Amino acid sequence: MLRAAFLIPLFPFLGFLVLVPFGRRLGNPLAGWLATIMVACSFLTTIVVFAGLFRLAPDHRLYVQTWYSWISVDRFRVNADLLIDPLSMTMAAFVTGVSALIHLYSIGYMEHDEQFAKFFLYMNLFVSSMLILVLSGNFLLTFLGWEGVGVCSYFLISFWFSRPSAASAGKKAMIYNRIGDAGFLVAMFLIFERTGSLEYQTVFARLSHVGTPSLTAIALLLFLGAVGKSAQLPLYPWLADAMEGPTPVSALIHAATMVTAGVYLMCRINPILFRAPDAAHVIAIVGAATALLGATIACAQDDIKKILAYSTISQLGYMFLAAGIGAYTAAIFLMLTHAFYKALLFLGAGSVIHAMNDEQDTKRFGALRRAMPITAVTFLIGWLAIGGVPVLAGFWSKGDVLMNAWKNNSGLYIVGAVTAVLTAYYLGRAYMLTFTGQQRWVEARQSGGPQLHPHDPRWVMSVPLVVLAGLSVVAGLINLPFSHWDLLARWLTPVVGAHMFHPHFTTAQQWYFALADLLFAALGVAVAVSLWRGTAERPAAEPTVLRRAWYIDWAYDRLLARGSTELAEVTALDVETRTIDGAVNGVGALFRSSARVLRKVQTGYVRNYALGLMAGLVLVLAYVVSRTV
Amino acid sequence: MSVNASWYLTLAAVLFTIGAVGLLVRRNVLVMFMCVELMLNAANLTFVTFARTLNDIGGQSEVFFVLVVAAAEVVVGLGIIVAIFRRRVGATADDIHNLKG
Amino acid sequence: MHDYLLAATIPDAITFVVAAAICVVGALGVVLSKNPVHSALMLIMTLFGVAVLFVEENAQFLAAVQVIVYAGAIVVLFLFVIMLLGVDRQEAINADPLGHQRLWALLLGALTLAEVLLLAKGNWATGAHSTSGSLDQNSRTNVYVLGKSVFTTYLLAFEITSALLVIAIIGAVVLARRTRSRIGSAGGGDLTPPFDDGQGPDDDTDTAGGEAPETALPEPDLVLSEGRLVTAGESAARPPSGSLGRPAAAAFGGDTSAPAPRPPSGASGAPNAPKQEAHR
Repeated sequence: MLRAAFLIPLFPFLGFLVLVPFGRRLGNPLAGWLATIMVACSFLTTIVVFAGLFRLAPDHRLYVQTWYSWISVDRFRVNADLLIDPLSMTMAAFVTGVSALIHLYSIGYMEHDEQFAKFFLYMNLFVSSMLILVLSGNFLLTFLGWEGVGVCSYFLISFWFSRPSAASAGKKAMIYNRIGDAGFLVAMFLIFERTGSLEYQTVFARLSHVGTPSLTAIALLLFLGAVGKSAQLPLYPWLADAMEGPTPVSALIHAATMVTAGVYLMCRINPILFRAPDAAHVIAIVGAATALLGATIACAQDDIKKILAYSTISQLGYMFLAAGIGAYTAAIFLMLTHAFYKALLFLGAGSVIHAMNDEQDTKRFGALRRAMPITAVTFLIGWLAIGGVPVLAGFWSKGDVLMNAWKNNSGLYIVGAVTAVLTAYYLGRAYMLTFTGQQRWVEARQSGGPQLHPHDPRWVMSVPLVVLAGLSVVAGLINLPFSHWDLLARWLTPVVGAHMFHPHFTTAQQWYFALADLLFAALGVAVAVSLWRGTAERPAAEPTVLRRAWYIDWAYDRLLARGSTELAEVTALDVETRTIDGAVNGVGALFRSSARVLRKVQTGYVRNYALGLMAGLVLVLAYVVSRTV
Repeated sequence: MSVNASWYLTLAAVLFTIGAVGLLVRRNVLVMFMCVELMLNAANLTFVTFARTLNDIGGQSEVFFVLVVAAAEVVVGLGIIVAIFRRRVGATADDIHNLKG
Repeated sequence: MHDYLLAATIPDAITFVVAAAICVVGALGVVLSKNPVHSALMLIMTLFGVAVLFVEENAQFLAAVQVIVYAGAIVVLFLFVIMLLGVDRQEAINADPLGHQRLWALLLGALTLAEVLLLAKGNWATGAHSTSGSLDQNSRTNVYVLGKSVFTTYLLAFEITSALLVIAIIGAVVLARRTRSRIGSAGGGDLTPPFDDGQGPDDDTDTAGGEAPETALPEPDLVLSEGRLVTAGESAARPPSGSLGRPAAAAFGGDTSAPAPRPPSGASGAPNAPKQEAHR
């Protein structure tokens, strides 16, 4: 059963290969169904392999499937191989599951789009790359998947490329990603140089031979890659702009899967992080800072997708915080639950946008609860889940992270707590503005524009919403903090257990923490409801500095982008045109002018030439005289 | 016997120089030709001087051949001049300057 | 080696000085005379001086040959051509159109002279042994010795120079020949001189206006047909020429017989080219 592992990334790739030549012919909706079925098959295969892995004893849950010898140059040997262990299978499971649901959703969402088939082929390629990333057994193959998801992200963000904002958003994403990728590459160079291999198993076995400075460098460089891919400080602005892509793309790539690749990488390299505590510290701090930053910005955004984007940045910050302090299980748990409810929230937002004729401004929504009940309920569940309301998944996963943070550093706990409150608040604000209050869209539309009749979407779009809502409710069960209920922790022990942070809590302490989490959630919900119940205008609650995202992006543009442009202009004009071209042309001009002068020797008169002969004769004779006399 | 060889050589040098300067200065083609003959004579004188100095008949044989070749050269050169002058009377050495750079 | 440089006798010295003076004066005359005929005559003077010096140097045969061939034939040839072409009438302009030419020429000439004198002072002979036989062998005459050398040691050179002479003669005949032509053509297709910058000889305006047709393209009217030179036959009464050169040219078969004013054109030889080919 384990041998079927190769099929997991292969199914979506086959879907891609078929859709490239025949997609247009298959058309709407067949192309979409093909893609969805491929991903669903991948999911089923994942379950099968998962079961096969489960059947092995806990200590032996490791299976390496080598496809072929990829690179073999002198000492440098890299195989194309898959590493099937609890961590990779967990990732593969939720990636394929959520992807399948989102593919299904997309059949409905993209139904009016001309490039229907192209969308699905990009999506399939993306899923395939993500699976390679997650299942790979060595750094280089992971990097292949890493780049693959990056490029698919670019394709999908700028899917509607005729929109200049979409095209430049895609570029922006690519560029930020690339900066991180540079870190990943250099880290690979270092790893190979120090350990002589890129295979995970081999590298981790040889870590004891590598000095701490190198390990710290490797960890930080890999973290740089994660920062780029998972939109942490300082490489996060691209995620907000990435909302230019279709909403399913935002849901899949920028909520559930691609951005979690960074967290996955951190968990994968836990042996390295264990040995490089300084790097881990940095990771935790950056994660915490990003969490707070994202949350604050989300409080003042109007565009519903931007709210969710900054929310993603914030939640990813939580995950890095957890990974940084060594609570890998908590990180993975949070990643899993976050995938469910964030995807849910995005798809819900997509339904609203679809119903409101591509309107995205929450200030133009309002009172959609009655018009779109299913969407409203699922969105509510998503909000409460992410807010950390008890019993729902977020309560357990975020609680885990906060508990571990407290034991590591109470400062981190405070940051996390504040962020939790804000999270409940801003998402509540989004819910209130969208689904309650006045029907602001009626007034807005009255001044021109088609009539809107918002309603719940078709079943292809509603079913994923419901499924995800259900998962958001029950997903907490996989890792309850009660003894024998920490299924996920036990499952992941072979991979991360040795280096995990295991603080011990008494039951009383756990209850206190739970109470505190409840308090934070309640506080956020209450403030949101009270502030935004009836009104949509509260400028005091939306300060400009937050609306403009702390002017960070603006600063990047001014300093870096404009600076680079000006540098390029200076180089093009002064260096290239004046100096280099001038020098080159100058050489030519030099020859021309010297030729003009030397030309005067050619008078055309024979007698002048005879003079030249005489002069030569004089010189030769002078030489002879000098030799003999 | 005759005077020191260096006197002859000096004379030959003077004749040669006069011939060379004349070649450079005169424009009339025929006079230029005559200056060439002057130079040839100076060379002949040198040859004969060295034949005497080195007691080598080869010098005089050389003059013999120089004489022959000079004669042939004059014949052909004057033929060319005649052909040129048919086309354009009053041609001087300065008339060909089309290869001016 | 025999030392011929011993005591120079007084008569020798005087002879040398006088002959040298003649040479130098003659050379200067060649260069400085305005009239080419004068230059030629000065050249003869120089050649005579050189012949005397040859005798001084025990090269009697060469002296004789110098007078006979050089002075007697070559310079006469020069004079012939001067008369034929009427160049004696041309006056050399005093100022040299080429700037600084004279200055540089004199400068370089002086330098050359200085250098050669420096070399000569060092008596810069290699001192090698005689390679071609001594000057006097068993008291044979100079002619004998020279002849022996030319006909034995330098036989190949001798034969080649004789071939050269033949070639020179043929070349001269071909060069100076005129071919027949009808309408204003250049004299002889491919034997015309290269510098034709579009100005036909018609533009070489003669000072005497009435002689315009004469200084136009010479009509080639000498045709080699039936084994003899014939004139074009259509020569109208030509205006009298005032030049010395014209009668001499007429003696050779006439030069310009221009029937009517022809348009000067550089390419006028083309229509007659086939004709000329046939006649050549």
